[in-house]
Amino acid sequence: MTTTTEAPAVASVPAARRLSYVKAFNEGLAQAMREDENVFVAGEDVAGYGGVFRMFDNLLDEFGPRRMIDTPISEAALVGLGVGAAARGLRPVVDLMFMDFIGVCLDQIVNQAAKMKYMFGGGLSVPLTITTASGAGLGAAAQHSQSLEAWLAHVPGLKVVMPSDAYTAKGLTVSAIRDNNPVVVMLNKVLLGSTSEVPEEIYGIPLGQAHTARHGSDVTVIALGRMVGEALAAAEELAAEGVEIEVIDPRTVQPLDTETMFASVRRTNRVLVVHEAVTFGGLGAEIAAQIQDVVFDYLDAPVLRIGAPFSPVPFSPVLEKAYVPDRARIAQGCRRLLERS
Amino acid sequence: MAQRASTASKKSPQVSPPVSPQVSPPVIKDLHERMVRIRLFETEAGKLMEAGKLPGFLHLYVGQEAVAAGVMTALRDDDQITSTHRGHGHAVAKGVGFRAMYSELYGRVTGACLGRGGSMHINDLTRGMLGANGIVGAGVPIAVGAAFAARYKGEDSVAVTFFGDGATNIGAWHEGANMAAILGLPVVFVCENNGYAEFTPQSAHMLITDVADRAAAYGMPSVIVDGMDAVAVHRAATEAVERARRGEGPMMIEAKTYRFFDHQGVKGLRHPYRSDEEVAEWKTRDPIDLIEARAVADGTATRAELDDVWQRTRDEIAEAIAYAESSPLPDPADLLLNVYSG
Ligand SMILES: Cc1ncc(C[n+]2csc(CCOP(=O)(O)OP(=O)(O)O)c2C)c(N)n1
Repeated sequence: MTTTTEAPAVASVPAARRLSYVKAFNEGLAQAMREDENVFVAGEDVAGYGGVFRMFDNLLDEFGPRRMIDTPISEAALVGLGVGAAARGLRPVVDLMFMDFIGVCLDQIVNQAAKMKYMFGGGLSVPLTITTASGAGLGAAAQHSQSLEAWLAHVPGLKVVMPSDAYTAKGLTVSAIRDNNPVVVMLNKVLLGSTSEVPEEIYGIPLGQAHTARHGSDVTVIALGRMVGEALAAAEELAAEGVEIEVIDPRTVQPLDTETMFASVRRTNRVLVVHEAVTFGGLGAEIAAQIQDVVFDYLDAPVLRIGAPFSPVPFSPVLEKAYVPDRARIAQGCRRLLERS
Repeated sequence: MAQRASTASKKSPQVSPPVSPQVSPPVIKDLHERMVRIRLFETEAGKLMEAGKLPGFLHLYVGQEAVAAGVMTALRDDDQITSTHRGHGHAVAKGVGFRAMYSELYGRVTGACLGRGGSMHINDLTRGMLGANGIVGAGVPIAVGAAFAARYKGEDSVAVTFFGDGATNIGAWHEGANMAAILGLPVVFVCENNGYAEFTPQSAHMLITDVADRAAAYGMPSVIVDGMDAVAVHRAATEAVERARRGEGPMMIEAKTYRFFDHQGVKGLRHPYRSDEEVAEWKTRDPIDLIEARAVADGTATRAELDDVWQRTRDEIAEAIAYAESSPLPDPADLLLNVYSG
């Protein structure tokens, strides 16, 4: 039940369908609920309304109010409910709607869910999944647009996944639910409607295994979440200039698959890390440090990071656009790296 | 103890009798004008949103005007308020200007937040408007802090915190209520009970009918008023504010009200979480109709005078929207403006 089945290669799946990111998430969740009677969902407006982002559409019809629970606006109690239920053997999926709301329930996530197994001497596990929507791009302003993965990835005991497309949205969600640890699934708001090929059967994507989304020889671009698509777009632009970039999607930022990154750096000798979160103290700093620790001798240029400026997310679209990294900035970063040698 | 079944009514407000407490004609006119200003600000904003001109989210306040107007007419300019994600009505009633508000909705540099905040963060420190808030319940402890500051500095201003029925399920609400009570601070807790938290009816998120019951747990007196009757709200607010100003501590007002538009936007209805009949029934008690009928009946104002308020406000709004539309956008070079002070 808790073993993670290997993801089938998309290409080998007959009659591949395209599905939106949000529908792929929904399908994976429904399949995981069918697979395991202990999986239930709780959150604000998840059952009757189907979730404000349509993440939970139709699940109430199939699973009923025993397994689809609308809760009051009480995030601390919501996550706590998940921790207690998980400690007693259930597999709760609790939804926090906007990632920013974790501020209200951080104690339950950081001090309770993440540490319980360790503090209690390993006697129990907390197979809790927390789903939430992160990221800027909708003009939702400073309290509804953050990417706070660095806060969570810093906490031993938590796992954090960042699906970059519909395929990974489904597979990572299934793995998160099957995992015996608290896992935060950070869906990206801007990606919700984006489509990719998604197999119909249930599949898990191993947590802690990066994916090379594009092969290239000149620069390694390590991109988180929504930035994977931006990096792939930048790759098209650069290919026209004769530059081939390799794009690595870590998929899981905790645990982080650095081996795949190191191997890539040994081939390309240049690295750019890009994420939506603010650069300072972001995952880019961790990734750059680990690369310098291990494969420093292979580098032809210092590791470059691209992220958001050290500011809350601005409201005005003109500012928000300037705030979030995009394909142009990624392409520019790659050119800079190439100029250095 | 026997479990209490929920008796929360989805249909009609359980309110104190709609007898009209007496207030002076100028107060009636003031209440009316503030409500008209909110109504027109909001309906125009809704149209702009539907026309695709505004980015972000828009939580409209239409239907609940009597609460903002009733409370704000009981306040002085130096009294402070904290608001919610549904904050335009509070801002307008507290005297925040249309230009700054529309410009903010448009994301212009002339906006109340210089284009950085948007609908959910409108504030005006010169008017005691400590901000709308995107985090449910978060404004409650902040009002407690504002009240603390007033007392600390020896001022006699009070703080009012607005929140919905749903927000009273948040820990910060309970902690704020207890803190205000135990410190005896001049805070007025105003619950705008519109019966829903997003799409969840009150009966599905709490087992009590009257949110005011929650005040009792903290030793705080409370009163329930008809939130469609601006005069009733005004009277209750005046009492609570005077009480707080005299140093007698916090009090809670629960106003039973209703929002006419959807939770977000104008009509994003994709799930019939409430019936058309229910909405129509509440609209028969439109707070502006009620006060206009009363003003005309008791000779406070003529129909022509009331119409004039609408017309003047319409003109002012048209001008403010034109101002917002012709205002400059923020400069991306100023992205780091105001992240820190000093
Ligand atoms: C901490 C937090 N949780 C959830 C939300 C999402 N949310 C925004 S408004 C809202 C409903 C609020 O209901 P209520 O307090 O009754 O106010 P109303 O919308 O009825 O005016 C919710 C759940 C939020 N903004 N903040």
